[in-house]
Amino acid sequence: MTRHVAVVGAGPAGLAAAAGALRAGARVTLLDAAENPGGQYHRMLPDAYAAADPGRLHHGWRGFVRLRDHVLGHARCDWWPESTVWSLEREGEGAPHVHVLRGEADAMGRERRVLRPDALVLAPGAHDRVLPFPGWELPGVHSAGAAQALAKGERVAVGGHVLIAGTGPFLLPVAASLLEAGSAVRAVLEAGPAATVARGWTRRPRELASETGKAAELAGYAALLARHRVPYRTGRAVIEARGDGRVEEAVTARLRPDWSVVPGTEKTVTVDALCVTHGFSPQLELPVAAGCRLRNGGGSVEVDGDQRTTVAGVYAAGEITGIAGAQAARTEGLLAGWAAGGGASDSPVAAAARRRRDRGRAFAARLAAAHPVGAAWRGWLRPGTVVCRCEDARYGDLLDAARDPAGASARAVKLGTRAGLGPCQARVCGPAVTELLSGLVDAANPHHRPIAQPIRLGELANPPTGTTDQEESAR
Amino acid sequence: MSPRLVRADRDATGRRDVPLHITVDGVPLTGIAGQTIAGVLMAAGRTAWRESPSGTPRGVFCGIGACFDCLVTVNGVRDVRACRRRARDGDAVATQSRAGREAR
Ligand SMILES: Cc1cc2nc3c(=O)[nH]c(=O)nc-3n(C[C@H](O)[C@H](O)[C@H](O)COP(=O)(O)OP(=O)(O)OC[C@H]3O[C@@H](n4cnc5c(N)ncnc54)[C@H](O)[C@@H]3O)c2cc1C
Ligand code: FES
Repeated sequence: MTRHVAVVGAGPAGLAAAAGALRAGARVTLLDAAENPGGQYHRMLPDAYAAADPGRLHHGWRGFVRLRDHVLGHARCDWWPESTVWSLEREGEGAPHVHVLRGEADAMGRERRVLRPDALVLAPGAHDRVLPFPGWELPGVHSAGAAQALAKGERVAVGGHVLIAGTGPFLLPVAASLLEAGSAVRAVLEAGPAATVARGWTRRPRELASETGKAAELAGYAALLARHRVPYRTGRAVIEARGDGRVEEAVTARLRPDWSVVPGTEKTVTVDALCVTHGFSPQLELPVAAGCRLRNGGGSVEVDGDQRTTVAGVYAAGEITGIAGAQAARTEGLLAGWAAGGGASDSPVAAAARRRRDRGRAFAARLAAAHPVGAAWRGWLRPGTVVCRCEDARYGDLLDAARDPAGASARAVKLGTRAGLGPCQARVCGPAVTELLSGLVDAANPHHRPIAQPIRLGELANPPTGTTDQEESAR
Repeated sequence: MSPRLVRADRDATGRRDVPLHITVDGVPLTGIAGQTIAGVLMAAGRTAWRESPSGTPRGVFCGIGACFDCLVTVNGVRDVRACRRRARDGDAVATQSRAGREAR
């Protein structure tokens, strides 16, 4: 019988994984929580916008459309839009069973389905990482990804006068999107020092040449900022947001290389929106549910040369294996799908994909080296600074709980302050809280959530329909 | 100024707007078909529509369904992520508050 591969996520990694598995001869079920494929990078406009030229907002649009049409139109591919995987269940030796909710986001009465594939490719991507600072909970302060999602995905500009701050190359496409949407970008502030950024970007130029697409994209952003006279400053960060009920001004300051504030360098900038990013957090709920081993201190999924995780039948691709951008995600996906679909590891397809993946990864490692997060960021916090947005847990409470003379564990701190116990289940505050508590209490695995995505009790009570691994058509 | 929708006649994507009407806490609001509920609210100039446990206002933070800051009640169903749910003509949206109720 033809192998059945389920692919979770239809971003650059998942879409390419579907193509790889199809190429290896497998039957594919590709699913995504969104209505359209593309993920965060090729976030599409809603069909209802009937856009005449949707590609205007995208890099590599033609390649994306070709891949999308090939995969979604393939006779062996089933496309499941608006399908959220809420849990994975291991039974015996095979790939885990995939529990899916189909229907509108967070609606009642979504259809419950269970897939029993021969192999599973996980490609759920990442979300922004934002370090806490005083005032970051004010409305009008957004993750940079939110600004990007709103501008690209529905043509909403988050503000008229916007400051973009944080660290990493992602600051640049966000600035480009906001300028395109008509916002005035006050400045782009990279917290890292100029020397580190420059060293990371210019080391081994030959490597850069092989990633010409990315280099050209970045050069384009630099030109765009210059044209709009948007200052790009290194070694400067937003250390506070202020406003009455919404952000009205941002306080910026010069930073030392460890991200401690240089006293007396504070400046106040009037804004109506502030976009912040300090890198990305891979969405590790599904790989953790599948039992995949993590690496880098729990920061990403461990994979072998063919994108195999440590769990039989489970492959991982894209941002969950390490933040490397859309290009690397695509080649990883292709390789993962090929292997999951039964393609030979020594075939030319696999060898070529591996080479391209390794180049993409090397480029990413370099960018990461150019944008490390400085440990002294905690100096921006005050006792009253909200650390956990969901529960309004404050930095001072966290420290008090951790220093409890009765002895504290991560669990006790959590229960005492409720940090990480709100609706987002520590997706946002998890990495920061772990870092702030390090050395004070033993940390717990921040990615363990019994349920990967919210499911309503009524839905849980209903038995799944159509539990099957048979051919099924979407919608 | 506030968040806003790129005007259709200036939008390089050449989109066509089909108006859509929802109510938010009983007040009518016009959006366009395809927008999320968060998109409709933001395009109408709103930055906040929820209250945290200590009563501070919240709106969109992550924009992709990870932070749960943007929760609303839609047609009587609580805890819907406004940034993930497409608005539909006639939707009755109610804002939510966690103030007091679950605060420490
Ligand atoms: C908000 C945001 C905007 C970004 N914009 C850009 C940009 O403009 N330019 C850039 O260079 N980089 C951008 N990035 C970086 C981006 O992570 C990568 O460049 C690239 O999109 C990663 O590809 P991926 O396939 O690994 O993941 P993604 O593109 O994130 O795709 C993952 C897909 O999985 C789906 N998914 C996740 N969990 C589930 C589940 N449980 N059930 C079903 N489906 C699920 C998601 O809906 C998504 O479509 C952005 C990141 C974020 C968070
Ligand atoms: S803004 Fe984060 S979940 Fe909607």
